[in-house]
Amino acid sequence: MRRLKKLRDYIIEKMIFISGIAAIIFVILIFFFLVKEGGSFFGEYNIKDFIFGHFWYPASDSPRFGILPLIAGSLVIVVGATILAVPLGIMAALYISEVAPKGLKDLLKAGVEMLAAIPSVVVGFVGMVTLVPVIKTVFGIPTGLTALSGCIMLAFMAMPTIVSISEDAINAVPWNYKEGALALGATKWQIMYRIILPAATPGIIASVMLGIGRVIGETMAVMMVTGNAAVIPSGFLESVRTMTATIAAEMGETVRGSSHYRSLFAIGAVLFVITFIINFIADTYLHKNKE
Amino acid sequence: MTDHNGVIRTEKLNLFYGSFRALKDVDIEIAPNQITSLIGPSGCGKSTLLRVFNRMNDTIEGVKITGRVYNGSEDIYHGGTDIDILRRRIGMVFQRPNPFPLSVYENVAFGLRIHSFPGKSALDGIIEESLKSVLLWDELKDRLKKSALNLSLEQKQRLCIARLVAVRPDIILLDEPCSTLDPMATLKIEELMVELKKKYTIIIVTHNMQQAARVSDDTGFMLLGELVEFGKTSKIFTSPVEKKTEDYITGRFG
Repeated sequence: MRRLKKLRDYIIEKMIFISGIAAIIFVILIFFFLVKEGGSFFGEYNIKDFIFGHFWYPASDSPRFGILPLIAGSLVIVVGATILAVPLGIMAALYISEVAPKGLKDLLKAGVEMLAAIPSVVVGFVGMVTLVPVIKTVFGIPTGLTALSGCIMLAFMAMPTIVSISEDAINAVPWNYKEGALALGATKWQIMYRIILPAATPGIIASVMLGIGRVIGETMAVMMVTGNAAVIPSGFLESVRTMTATIAAEMGETVRGSSHYRSLFAIGAVLFVITFIINFIADTYLHKNKE
Repeated sequence: MTDHNGVIRTEKLNLFYGSFRALKDVDIEIAPNQITSLIGPSGCGKSTLLRVFNRMNDTIEGVKITGRVYNGSEDIYHGGTDIDILRRRIGMVFQRPNPFPLSVYENVAFGLRIHSFPGKSALDGIIEESLKSVLLWDELKDRLKKSALNLSLEQKQRLCIARLVAVRPDIILLDEPCSTLDPMATLKIEELMVELKKKYTIIIVTHNMQQAARVSDDTGFMLLGELVEFGKTSKIFTSPVEKKTEDYITGRFG
């Protein structure tokens, strides 16, 4: 009986250990897989031509694997979505935590969580049938499948992350700061602007970075509304193609083990590096906020 | 004398938290340029009364007030008072020092920036003067740009007072300002209070009866929401009229 108990303890302990380190094992495995498949690609294709090349013709007779247009596409989407989502998100967070009456506050929080729960493909097709035609008519352009459409849809997708994490940071600002400011005759807005926002800044930066992380890794919605032209865009009203969309769209058509196939892994590796950096920055600020 | 800005007077003041009556028919008149202390056991309403004077209770939901509260000749609950201006005139120091997470300089500048920005050079002057008046200038003049959160508790509390002094209030309310400080720091803050009463009316809520006896000119003893006795500190502590006051100050309860 006693031995059985010991055995049970042993098994449970090991299972918990394995579950605990599973996440990190997955990350390491994915990383090695990307390095192996993508890395071998750089044996035959110059890494400089890959990152700075202007042309992405993976299937032509003399294929060219320049991902600069794809990086530019991702960048345009990220910048645009950030410009839209950050002020909106921060103001929404301020409104929810500092201004809104109790009932409305709960309703808004639930709404933000709902927004986060919408599958990206749904965001994509809703954008395709509603936003895309509007952009087409408003700007009088041949197609509404543009970077702008992607920015707007992805701003929606980044909003929940920015709002909920910023709101946590704002809520974490101690009441006695606010009380002190109030007792000096500061108005609600002055307290928000001069005390709460500066005190919550690390958390807000973290929320923005995590929001950006979400945008840069997003695939489905962006693929459905941006038009997917692999050219370096000169503005928001042109079609763009992101790195993620390229991988998703082309992976099914490539021959396993071919240069094209491995070049997609190399794109994946670039994405991995970018998101790793973004998460690292976000994490640094989250820790700062806790101090 | 009653239209002096440093005077606070209440008439039949009652305060309710929901249905709980936290202050009962309080009539008090606080004299200018003196230190008035409010003493009494926990929950007697002394902090609540203090927070009536700068309307800090307004931030709590479900608070209702009846009766009159005058600052000078102004009825601060019925006279269309601008609360932000009232709170500039009647500053408050809290139990736990609460400097803002800003630099020393910006802490003192805060009130000036939100009320009337006096311009950079005037600002520097006021900040120096304010820090000098709380005897922090010599200690902190080389650390003005450093965060105020790294100061000692006593320095923080002084800074919180400097922050008020900068906006030139008429009255300073102190809500157990020394309860987190050690005896030496407490003594220094008390000396500062005596210094400050030359310019300001000071009202202090304290748990520490010796402190009330040491620093204040007038003392009010509160119990269960009532102002049991109010008068000269020397009288309250030597020959109180009420039996309850005597029991409290001799340590029979509380």
